[in-house]
Amino acid sequence: MTPLAVSIAGAVASFTLVLVVLELIRRHRLQERYALLWLVTGLVLTALSAWRGGLNTIAGWLGVRSYPPAVLFAVGILFIIAVLLHYSMVISRLSGQNVLLAQKLALLEQELRAHGVRDR
Amino acid sequence: MPETVERPAGASSLPGLGELRRVAIVPALNEEHTITRVIDELRAFDPGLDIVVIDDGSADRTAAVAAAKGTYVLRLPFNLGIGGAVQTGFKFAFERGYDIAVRVDGDGQHDPAQLSRILEPVLRGDADIAVGSRFAAGEGGYRSSRSRRMGIRILAGVVSRIVGQRVTDTTSGFQALNREGIALFARDYPHDYPEVEATVMVFRHRLRLQEVPVSMRERGGGRSSITALRSIYYMAKVLLAIFVGLFRRTIVPQEESK
Repeated sequence: MTPLAVSIAGAVASFTLVLVVLELIRRHRLQERYALLWLVTGLVLTALSAWRGGLNTIAGWLGVRSYPPAVLFAVGILFIIAVLLHYSMVISRLSGQNVLLAQKLALLEQELRAHGVRDR
Repeated sequence: MPETVERPAGASSLPGLGELRRVAIVPALNEEHTITRVIDELRAFDPGLDIVVIDDGSADRTAAVAAAKGTYVLRLPFNLGIGGAVQTGFKFAFERGYDIAVRVDGDGQHDPAQLSRILEPVLRGDADIAVGSRFAAGEGGYRSSRSRRMGIRILAGVVSRIVGQRVTDTTSGFQALNREGIALFARDYPHDYPEVEATVMVFRHRLRLQEVPVSMRERGGGRSSITALRSIYYMAKVLLAIFVGLFRRTIVPQEESK
């Protein structure tokens, strides 16, 4: 069985993540579309930490006999990988759009110059 | 496509409209086959209406077709999604000093002939924003997938409870706005599934919203931007946005002095 202190610490830390994410959305520092994955991460980890019997059962399925909280780490790492992969996709999209914007701007500037509008 | 709705009177029957500067905001994504008809119908409804088509990164000739019809065309360099596209139109309307804006989708599902109904409460000064609702009169003409209808109903229920006024169609983009409404949406408009959050935002900023019963047509072309799988994601996102939005302090937008 998971030590009680580990369960409490895990649940508190995970739930703090949920609250921090919600507060960041409220302050317009984080858009909802980028917050959903973090919220799911926080909620799943909170549930797994608080629901000690469940964690034990899942650990049993996976053959983790010696130290059930290892499943917590595994799930946490899995979600972190998912979030990172998501961000890699977002960055790819953004850099593509950034190139497009710069090109459009250069073309527009050239066109303005051709019409006699001076550079500042 | 058969005309099933009795055509209401055109814009000439609306008192006071003639003196106002008014613009139609038409978001379009790959609508080269329907955009001409939408533009023609808007002009038939009100020849004094300016039209701005926002091409949200179409791969087809939408922008060229609209430009050939002599409308303003804002061509976004890449797809921003419906929220970003429509807000571009609101920013245009705000900066160019329009008094009234109507929003009509480029896919032809909104019949411009019904705009007089939507404009009426705004022109009378009873509403800052009037929304054409498919369900306000219990009209059964709207066909859609069951999951989609259920999603619309759930969102309408949640929104009605929050704003304290019965709202039946939170996903309708068929709207008319006065200068206050334009100013609000030019400043702050939600992202990819905007109408639901926008409805809540309108009430949070103490603007007056009124629903008007309309019927909508089948889409004339293109594809709905919302597929079955995505609607689950949107549902979660929108509910999260509404929930968090409740804990925000409201900021009443100030119209910039020009």
